[in-house]
Amino acid sequence: MSAPAHDPAKEPASFAFTPENLERAKSIIAKYPAGKQASACMPLLDLAQRQNDGWLPRVAMDAVADLLGMPRIRVYEVATFYTMYNKTPVGKHVIQVCTTTPCWLRGSDDIVHTCERKLGIGVGETTADGQFTLREVECSGACVNAPVVQIGDDYYEDVSPEHMETIIDALKGGEIPKHGSQIGRQSSEPVGGPTTLKAFTTTAD
Amino acid sequence: MLRDEDRIFTNLYGYQSFGLDAARKRGDWDNTKALIAQGKEWIIEQVKESGLRGRGGAGFSTGMKWSFMPKNVTDKPVYLVINADEGEPGTCKDRDILRHDPHKLIEGCLIAGFAIGASACYIYIRGEFYNEGSNVQRAIDEAYKAGLIGKNACGTGYDYDIYIHRGAGAYICGEETALIESIEGKKGQPRNKPPFPAQAGLYSCPTTVNNVESIAVVPTILRRGAAWFAGLGRPKNTGTKLFCISGHVNKPCNVEEEMGIPLKELIEKHAGGVRGGWDNLLAIIPGGSSVPLLPKSICDTVLMDFDSLRDVRSGLGTAAVIVMDKSTDVVKAIARLSQFYAHESCGQCTPCREGTGWMNRIMQRMVTGNARVEEIDMLLEVTKQIEGHTICALGDAAAWPIQGLFRHFRPEVERRILDYRNAAKSLAAE
Repeated sequence: MSAPAHDPAKEPASFAFTPENLERAKSIIAKYPAGKQASACMPLLDLAQRQNDGWLPRVAMDAVADLLGMPRIRVYEVATFYTMYNKTPVGKHVIQVCTTTPCWLRGSDDIVHTCERKLGIGVGETTADGQFTLREVECSGACVNAPVVQIGDDYYEDVSPEHMETIIDALKGGEIPKHGSQIGRQSSEPVGGPTTLKAFTTTAD
Repeated sequence: MLRDEDRIFTNLYGYQSFGLDAARKRGDWDNTKALIAQGKEWIIEQVKESGLRGRGGAGFSTGMKWSFMPKNVTDKPVYLVINADEGEPGTCKDRDILRHDPHKLIEGCLIAGFAIGASACYIYIRGEFYNEGSNVQRAIDEAYKAGLIGKNACGTGYDYDIYIHRGAGAYICGEETALIESIEGKKGQPRNKPPFPAQAGLYSCPTTVNNVESIAVVPTILRRGAAWFAGLGRPKNTGTKLFCISGHVNKPCNVEEEMGIPLKELIEKHAGGVRGGWDNLLAIIPGGSSVPLLPKSICDTVLMDFDSLRDVRSGLGTAAVIVMDKSTDVVKAIARLSQFYAHESCGQCTPCREGTGWMNRIMQRMVTGNARVEEIDMLLEVTKQIEGHTICALGDAAAWPIQGLFRHFRPEVERRILDYRNAAKSLAAE
């Protein structure tokens, strides 16, 4: 479970969806049967978070509750239950290092240490310039490409400490480095090429 | 070794496009109308005969599950829900289906939905799989545009909608009733059963929840025949299976193989062998974090299927093989899983909420040896108090890895405890 971390000092006075996002919200609500609009709570919280620099102030939760006709407490329950909703401000780049056993076996501790040293912050902290937040997360679900680091919406896979330094340097320089395997694998096939389905390795289709 | 002709997921690695044209060339959506025209009973019967057992971990017969759905429901909608909340440590197979072969899943959703009389399908994708979910959405959009789903899907007269619903970071939502709660816009806390989802699931309507892989193999089973699928593997453990091989192997990978392949052969043929050679193997978790680990002596000969692994007091689970060589601190590897379960407990049932935290704290002390030998039995007693005493299986899943550790590596933990105490004594004597 994700603990609530509401910080009144950082709370904006109000939140309203942009007209574009309000349109998006309507099409999300339409995916669910009439009267079941509470189902849109999670996608709308995500939408609000994306609009609000990656975090969910209480006023944004209220806006979602009001739009869906839900008691606000029900929305707070959802927002505090799921780990992907950030209840406090986060850096521009949220670096999430998976450290569960399959990644740990492949050296995720070294990746965490590299991030800490390179960014000068500990796990759970944000750099003073607001550029980076560092987190440890539970299984990212890309275990055959361990160690795995999620930055924003993208997975960086087969990451070594050296790769991690390069990735952070690129982000500092305003670039978004190429995600996926950092050692040139197509995806989840064995290093050096698949042992099966060799006839399907052509990219022609 | 399974022949390529018998592999279902021919674009597992994504060398080809996931789009509709490429998927059609791989055989997807080939006269789906004719399969549906065979009727509901035929589809369910074929899936039963194929011996397909659910690929999400529990291994229950997929065809049987479908047959539990009430027949001829007219007063309320019926739903198919796809569990794509893949998060069992070690497991990353559904991710490849979602991002590289989504049309197999979507076609399967249509056929399975038709078989159970569903009017709509929700695919619940874990929130972290943002790009994977986007591929599925693009494939759904293509399928609508081509008339394969939606009104009069594939020209069958059957109306069927498919939507994706993204999670937001909660392992527990992989439990089917927690997943349903989550789609309804609530905290993902499992429901008491009964009623089972087939009676009262999503929005209190009859619902079937199936794993991604279980559904994605269905169109191929119907095309090639139940006998073909049932002819692979062993009796009651049929077909092909996606395996995920992670940890201390030379070439970690996902691969589709025949059920019942020897564990050693799986690792040596596809994953480049154990780092440092087979004799450098310490232990393997054969089916994702929830199943007990196996020492090398069992790994030497065990077959990878439901019944073989049950016979050695472990399980196939999601077929996620986590390999640990002799350099591994095996106590720490399992303690890290205890930390995972403590983090992921939804907090609803007291034995799990309190027990996972308690087990984690004791396990962290066992790593350094800062414990008493009697605490081992106390810890095992606590795992038994949690197991079977909670609404869902997360409590069991948290208990089993610890039980497995002490079943096979108890002397290692006892040695640490003695070393720690001796070190403390000699420090006190100085």
